[in-house]
Amino acid sequence: MEVLGYILQQLVNGLQLGAIYALIALGYTMVYGVLRLINFAHGDIFMFGSFVAYYLIAKWQMPLYLVFVITMAATALLGLVVEKVAYKPLRGAPRISLLITAVGVSLFLEYFLSLDSMFTPNYIAFPRPFDVVAYDLSLVAVTNIQLIIFSVTAASLFLLYLLVYRSKHGRAMRAVSHNQETASLMGINVDATISFTFAVGAALAGLGGILYGFAYPQINVFMGIMPGIKSFIAAVLGGIGLVHGAVLGGLVIGVSEVFVSAFLSSSLRDGVIFVILLLVLLFRPNGFFGKRREKV
Amino acid sequence: MKALVVTGLSKSFGGVQAVDDLSFSVGEHEAVGLIGPNGAGKTTVFNLLTGFYRPDSGAIEFFGKSITHMPPFHAVSLGIARTFQNIRLFASLSVLKNVLVPILGRIGYGPHAAIFQSKNYLDAEEAAIVKAMKLLDFFHLSHKADLLAVSLPYGEQRRLELVRALAADPKLLLIDEPGAGMNPREVRGLLDEIREVKKSFRLTILVIEHQMGLIMNLADRLVVLDFGEKIAEGTPEEIRKDRKVIEAYLGEEFTC
Amino acid sequence: MTFLKGAKRFLIVSAVVYILLKCLFLSGLATEYVQQVVLYALVMILGSLGLNVIYGYTGQFSLGHAAFYGIGAYSSACLTHAFGVDSVYAFLPILFFGGLFSGLIGYLIGVPILKLRDDFLAIATLGFGMLVRVLLDNSDKVADVVGGSRGFIGIPRITNLELVFVVLVFLVVVTRNLIFSKYGLFWQCIKDDELASTAFGIDTARMKSMAFSYGCFLAGIAGGLYAHLYTFLHPSNFDLLKSIDFLVIVIVGGMGSITGTIFAGLLWVGFIEGLRIALPSGMLELRWVFIPIFLIILMMLRPYGLLAQKESKFLGIDKT
Repeated sequence: MEVLGYILQQLVNGLQLGAIYALIALGYTMVYGVLRLINFAHGDIFMFGSFVAYYLIAKWQMPLYLVFVITMAATALLGLVVEKVAYKPLRGAPRISLLITAVGVSLFLEYFLSLDSMFTPNYIAFPRPFDVVAYDLSLVAVTNIQLIIFSVTAASLFLLYLLVYRSKHGRAMRAVSHNQETASLMGINVDATISFTFAVGAALAGLGGILYGFAYPQINVFMGIMPGIKSFIAAVLGGIGLVHGAVLGGLVIGVSEVFVSAFLSSSLRDGVIFVILLLVLLFRPNGFFGKRREKV
Repeated sequence: MKALVVTGLSKSFGGVQAVDDLSFSVGEHEAVGLIGPNGAGKTTVFNLLTGFYRPDSGAIEFFGKSITHMPPFHAVSLGIARTFQNIRLFASLSVLKNVLVPILGRIGYGPHAAIFQSKNYLDAEEAAIVKAMKLLDFFHLSHKADLLAVSLPYGEQRRLELVRALAADPKLLLIDEPGAGMNPREVRGLLDEIREVKKSFRLTILVIEHQMGLIMNLADRLVVLDFGEKIAEGTPEEIRKDRKVIEAYLGEEFTC
Repeated sequence: MTFLKGAKRFLIVSAVVYILLKCLFLSGLATEYVQQVVLYALVMILGSLGLNVIYGYTGQFSLGHAAFYGIGAYSSACLTHAFGVDSVYAFLPILFFGGLFSGLIGYLIGVPILKLRDDFLAIATLGFGMLVRVLLDNSDKVADVVGGSRGFIGIPRITNLELVFVVLVFLVVVTRNLIFSKYGLFWQCIKDDELASTAFGIDTARMKSMAFSYGCFLAGIAGGLYAHLYTFLHPSNFDLLKSIDFLVIVIVGGMGSITGTIFAGLLWVGFIEGLRIALPSGMLELRWVFIPIFLIILMMLRPYGLLAQKESKFLGIDKT
């Protein structure tokens, strides 16, 4: 009975982490869908979200709902700026150039923010504007933070679903991911759609940053690297370009990571994720929800 | 023995049946034209013949040998070479180097011979260059040997595609729309060149072509496709009068 | 000797450079630190040459090159430790073995991942690089001397000017000979148009694997030289930033240019070390702020690098 309780507890913990990964993975998958670009800087946008939230809470004592709104707006803005300044000029360039540029943007964000005049390279304690409360449910204990994370994530997913499948903007996004040229011939403003996609993806990553701060209250300018890569792996696992794939992938990766940490060894945590990646790329490169594509 | 025998070949993509139960043959030293309106599946047939696509069903035989599931890079060693409809020259290579590729593809020397520049390697490389230059000479392109292949004018690039395919010493040559984008004078010159090539190199040729003026005067026989199915087969004279063919082409440019 | 055919000019130039450097070192004008930096630059050139074969010529975007550099470094250091080697002659087979081991790992990893398209290959190599990093961090659980995240200390200082020069010149000639043969030609074909390559008889899977394994081999040799130059290894030396170092050298120098790699290697290391000396310590972090900006601008202006595809007649590397 105790073992079951322990497993369930780790499952809950894993879902907490997985929900955050899912939010980040969504940004990757949506941008990849419209641009076929792996936005290496996405993990750093997540990091930026954490830092903005930290500032708003710690320095300006803002009420929580404002923190959410402003942080998501700020990260959306950053996403837009990155797209306009670094990626748009390279639209027709060889794909490798875009990849290298993305890597460059990522490094720039990390090291610029690590300067002493900015956020410094140190770890900073993220202030929780409320106390942690654990609810004992006989087999497992769930904290209020976890409830917040689950509910906020679920709400965002629902809103995202409405956006992507029930709105004009969402239709445009789906059309552009299918075929840019055809979409533009049908009157869709491709540039605006791409920018919009970046903004939405970035806002979700920013949201993930806030929730991450609540859950694991130590932030650092390099904190985006590993979650960024893991979230990308999650997106690939679920099927790159597919929204439901990103969610499933995020949850799977989160749960796997916590389970490996709990049952094997925490230092092997990251290693296992990469093994998962290599296995996915080997056997189901199109991901869980993806279809088998014909070559040529 | 027939050079090429295609039996019941089918291929679909998603819901679209690109090639539907196609059967035809090409005799040795024949020139067969594969024609049909746009989207009829002609290039798909080429891709199936050269191993780029795997057929859903059907069989392909090349001089009696089954090549239905051949990996694409085997084509050259078996004696099949092709050109591409939308010109796929190697952009960073010179004219000469583009032609060298299929020649060197058939020459056997291993990495150790290359690293230590053995006599075998040096002789093979020299022979390859000699052969490539001879071919370029035949097509009056040898003076441009060191230019970047993609810097050539369009018509010459098309001819270079042909030279490159011939460098593979093929028995069967698949030519995909050789006349595309050329003016009538260039097309006439091309026609003569292909005829000359067929004779000198003793080739079997399968040509996809849109321009009736070119194909009618080149092919011994025509196979007509529409929506992936064979709708007619025969000599140019017979095809010209075939009602099904005329109907299929209604709405398309039909110049005789 | 036919191995050196066509390389006479390059050998002469190399000999001259060697003599100049040797005089510089012996004269006492160059401090110990500067000597180490010069040797490090040569080691980086070798490592980058490997990435140039993989990416510059064959077009396979690898973000995990540092992992193979690290595998060579650690494996050769383990062997010198195990056999108590301290002479250059005894070291040579170990160095070679370190390279071979890296090349072998490269070959094995390549089997599944080289089929992937460029952006997925980038992620796969990135992931592999990080996997290796995790393994190195935990390596002390396998063998305590390797030090894990404490670092591997006490590696004998065997690398000197002569060793680096001989190895580098030899491998440049080997690489050059490969590049100018059908292998180099096929590699470039694959970079240009993989599909058309298969249509003309190129076994692309085999050629890609060969380029990748050989590139990893070169990285492994470079790693072995590095380990026995700085005598200390830490897993953080072999992370994504190091892979990007190699990538920058290949891109700045120009894809598909051996000469470019040589010049860019010297330039890049010189630039980084120069900044370290020139900038007051407070400004040091700015290096990694400007480097990515430089990279982004380079991508906008010259996506294929500065000397792409050109070889130097002066250095004697071009085809005779």
